[in-house]
Amino acid sequence: MQTFNLALALFLLLNLGAGMWRVFCGPTAADRMLAAQLFGTTAVAVVLLLAQAYGNPALRDVALVFALLAAVTAVAFVRRAWPDQEAGHDSD
Amino acid sequence: MILIDYLSGALLIAGAVFFLAGTLGLLRFPDVYTRLHALTKADNVGLGLMVVGLAVQAESWTAAGKLLLIWLLVLLAGSSVAHLVAGGALQRGIQLWKR
Amino acid sequence: MEAVILLQWTFNTLLGLGLLWLASRALACPDLFRAIVLFVAFGLLLALAWVSLDAPDVALAEAAIGAGLTGALLLAALAGLRSSETNEKVAGQPAKEGPKVRPPQWLPVVVLLSVAAGLGYVVLSLPPDAVGLSAQVAASLETSGVSNPVTAVLLNFRSYDTLLEMVVLLLALLGVWSLGGTALRRETAPGPVLDTLVRLLVPVLILVASYLLWVGAHAPGGAFQSGSVLGAAGVLLLLTGWHLHAGLAALPLRLALVAGSATFLTMAVFTLLGEGKLLEYPSAQAGTLILILETAATVSIGVTLAALLLGSPPPNNKDHT
Repeated sequence: MQTFNLALALFLLLNLGAGMWRVFCGPTAADRMLAAQLFGTTAVAVVLLLAQAYGNPALRDVALVFALLAAVTAVAFVRRAWPDQEAGHDSD
Repeated sequence: MILIDYLSGALLIAGAVFFLAGTLGLLRFPDVYTRLHALTKADNVGLGLMVVGLAVQAESWTAAGKLLLIWLLVLLAGSSVAHLVAGGALQRGIQLWKR
Repeated sequence: MEAVILLQWTFNTLLGLGLLWLASRALACPDLFRAIVLFVAFGLLLALAWVSLDAPDVALAEAAIGAGLTGALLLAALAGLRSSETNEKVAGQPAKEGPKVRPPQWLPVVVLLSVAAGLGYVVLSLPPDAVGLSAQVAASLETSGVSNPVTAVLLNFRSYDTLLEMVVLLLALLGVWSLGGTALRRETAPGPVLDTLVRLLVPVLILVASYLLWVGAHAPGGAFQSGSVLGAAGVLLLLTGWHLHAGLAALPLRLALVAGSATFLTMAVFTLLGEGKLLEYPSAQAGTLILILETAATVSIGVTLAALLLGSPPPNNKDHT
């Protein structure tokens, strides 16, 4: 079972890596932020799998904190950092 | 014991499939709104199936409860953020993809 | 268990490569927003690396601060940067040019690479069975008052370092606040979804912070982790337009900010006068004293991190600006 959990964690990590592509391509700022959200959720799943694989229940607290804090970054984006003029091009 | 392992394994694989679908959707869908849709599938169903699979393997009811709590929080945060981002995108004039 | 080792190796290698790659891309990216998102992803991967290195306490702190709070702070700073640029354009002033003399771009790279090479040499030349000080910590753990070795080291054996860290945090806030600050924002009212999200998340964040504080005595957790989750609650409130009541912004806010350092200093003075040794707790009360210190530190850290988002001291009844 441990092997299986670790293999799934590796698979999810590869997923996370594949999602990086969206951060680079955009085209809008929202797309990049979406990718960051996916990373957060994938990281929650990875940490939960590792908690089970290593038999360390304290790691579930780490996953809990991940889940909560991902929302904070997204709210900061929506409320502050999203430029008002978005025509699909990046001018910064 | 071995039946529990198979059940848990099947649930975990199903969850991983949804994560893969979410990532593929994020990469391949044509605009922000459809990508949001794909993303929340990974959030809700993907993580949900994984949490159930792990709760089956968990060592105590407290641990399973904590797993469930994590999933509920991700649900709450994920769906609210998806709504906020979609609303903001509409407000900023990002066009919906038309075939 | 060959497969487990192989999987762990692949996982760690991918993490390490991903971290290096993300760091280089984040630094090389001309678009600031993209760089911030990459930095947040970097923080996430770094927290995963701490998990893989079997360091859940650090992973907790990294998840809360590196992946969450720093992302929010950087995004808010980016917004402030953009708005100040817009204001300058509206006012008709050109953006101020810095001095033209700049160090060559390869210089930081060379310095950092030599530091990394030095660190790598030191790490590789350690004896293969280096066990560090964990044996001594384990031997003295019963007298420390807690059963989590990380908390014992942070709050008892090396509490002098934690005292200095509290002061450093306070100084950082003073530095940010003294930069002149941004004008008071007129936030748009949050819609119903954001409102509900914050109303649900902030109590959960406070609960989780209290849980992490309490559990730090016997499991990964503690003051820093708890304080950063509390800071996240404060940041969330501030982002949705909550203002600190003007009556609370003068003395109570400042009391909360110095609570951590003040409690540590008081404890240091008392132990110095009582036992003659700095910050050496009587072992019977060590657990309680550690809890008191951690609670004060948590409040301070949380309020400091949230106040960093403000950029300047909140207006209080005594200000007439």
